[in-house]
Amino acid sequence: MNIHEYQAKEILSSFGISIPRSRVAITADQVERAAKEMGGHCIIKAQIYAGGRGKAGGVKVARDPEEASDIAKELFGKNLVTRQTGAEGLKVRRILVEEVVEIAREFYLSITLDRETSLYCLIASPEGGMDIEEVARTSPHQIHILTIDPFTGLRPYQARKIALALGLSGVLCEDCVELILNLYRCSQEKDCSLVEINPLVVTKAGWLLAMDAKITFDDNAIYRHREYPDLVDYSQHNPLEITASKFDLSYIKLSGNIGCMVNGAGLAMATMDVLKESGGEPANFLDVGGGASREKVAEAFKIILKDDDVRAVFVNIFGGIMRCDIIAQGIIEAASNVKFTLPIVVRMDGNMIEEGKQLLRESGLNVQIGDNMGDGARKIVAMLNHGGI
Amino acid sequence: MAILIDKNTRIIVQGITGRSGLFHAQQCRAYGSTIVAGVTPGKGGMEIDGFPVFNTVEEAVTHTKATASMIFVPPPGAADSILEACASELELVVCITEGIPVRDMVLVHAVQAGSKTRLIGPNSPGVITPGQCKLGIMPGPIHKPGRIGVISRSGTLTYEIVKQLTDIGMGQSTCVGIGGDAIIGMKFIDVLQLFNNDPETDAVFIIGEIGGSAEEEAAYWIRDNMKKPVGAFVAGITAPPGKRMGHAGAIITSGKGKAGDKIRTLRECGVTVATSPTRMGEAIVEALKLAGKDI
Repeated sequence: MNIHEYQAKEILSSFGISIPRSRVAITADQVERAAKEMGGHCIIKAQIYAGGRGKAGGVKVARDPEEASDIAKELFGKNLVTRQTGAEGLKVRRILVEEVVEIAREFYLSITLDRETSLYCLIASPEGGMDIEEVARTSPHQIHILTIDPFTGLRPYQARKIALALGLSGVLCEDCVELILNLYRCSQEKDCSLVEINPLVVTKAGWLLAMDAKITFDDNAIYRHREYPDLVDYSQHNPLEITASKFDLSYIKLSGNIGCMVNGAGLAMATMDVLKESGGEPANFLDVGGGASREKVAEAFKIILKDDDVRAVFVNIFGGIMRCDIIAQGIIEAASNVKFTLPIVVRMDGNMIEEGKQLLRESGLNVQIGDNMGDGARKIVAMLNHGGI
Repeated sequence: MAILIDKNTRIIVQGITGRSGLFHAQQCRAYGSTIVAGVTPGKGGMEIDGFPVFNTVEEAVTHTKATASMIFVPPPGAADSILEACASELELVVCITEGIPVRDMVLVHAVQAGSKTRLIGPNSPGVITPGQCKLGIMPGPIHKPGRIGVISRSGTLTYEIVKQLTDIGMGQSTCVGIGGDAIIGMKFIDVLQLFNNDPETDAVFIIGEIGGSAEEEAAYWIRDNMKKPVGAFVAGITAPPGKRMGHAGAIITSGKGKAGDKIRTLRECGVTVATSPTRMGEAIVEALKLAGKDI
């Protein structure tokens, strides 16, 4: 689960980490007033759920409140396209207006899960403000990694080693030790998959500040943080993805025109792969869950049909313990409710398979049966291209 | 003898009084597995559909001589259930539960790594040695006893390969669903090691997916150690970066975990990779032929 930069900074601040003075605005008028508060000269930062904003024109410096207002007018409502957003970009609905800070030095700092060791690790680099993957490629010696023992936690002597490696000394070094310990406390208490400060700066006046921050929460831990749902900015999500999550379906909108409904994440990915191999383009990834209950199948169908890009539907259910006749009933029920006329190919496997196929054939829907995954994929592509086989 | 489980495996079900816990306990029993008891705190002493229920794993093990556990406890209590099973020194713990917080699993992983217990999962469909023991939620009838080992991060996609194998007459020694989470107990390499030493396994098929680097690690291990032919499929060649594809662990982050890279590494290390999920069965046949083995 993602949150905005300003929210991440507020959380860091609540853990004792210093952040620049700022205001969040939702109108150009608010931006102008916030700019006045900052003394005119300020930074305007578009808040979207993606990085790479600087290069995409989402972060700008304003010299006075009027210029701040002009920049805001241009940004609000605009779809900002960065290297992380995809071609459509993400809509700017909130802007962070921040004081200008005179920077002496910049660092990179983050805590995330290292999947190879199954441990959290702290990553630090004196190359702050840069894309850390880029740093890892070009100057790996500039990256310091510390894996954290879950029983002892991150210890001050370890944090000190990192602070020294960043080239800090004296009081600043000890400030940084405290900041690192606070960052670790934040990552644990808030169940963060990633907490990143980039850049962490030393100001010319000698203070450590988190100039930019990113936090990603662990989706599995949402149940023990009641405040998380309130932090979500739904304007940053596809509306169908929001609906799907309410029904515990895993749905991701893609750019093609064949709606896919599959049970199990691995099979859903494999289905996308085989569709593409057959010359088709999936309109979505949709996992109804390994169990594939009739209700979920029906809800999934409704979601697929709300996507205007969908011109055909490919259902691939490996029933296993779930009975195929029940799945078929779910499909027929859902399709009849919305007066569905687009071509459908259903591939099912598992118990009561013949009964399931029989029900589909007699349903009156524009449906064909796939004998296996490959056959189903070929059939749906053919139906889409030629209006039948 | 296959690996991990056989007809002598004695299973307890943690969370047996829940809907799916009971359902799958019944399904496993119907397949022929020996389910000796269930564990649900606060419900010790009762009996549910013939299964005695205990309050703790320790009690259940003392009374039933159980050797393995299957966990259906919901996410808030699942990590504790794994730790409890490890504390009783069961040989094998299979955690079916999906959705355990990463922070809990970091701790569990660290504890479990030092214990005698082998952990499969979480977010695993389980383990099956066809014809002997089913310890999981997979459909039994698609499996057939035989000599191919299967290891997978996925559930239904594993059923797909198993069905393809069974349809071409190739049975399975043991099928292991290692789970779709970012932190899991046994990884590809741990299971490959067991299959490598199992006289009843002739070849192994692994099913990977986007996210992490477990497939690459497995590839290098296979190149350096594996004595048997290996086939593979990696799901998600068309998956967009930055999106979590259903499984918690299935996500391409910072350009890492792409299916294409995994496939390339596996091939470089001598693994026969199926180009399409419809040709997984053919890939294992080819791998066996390349190794000069009879099919």
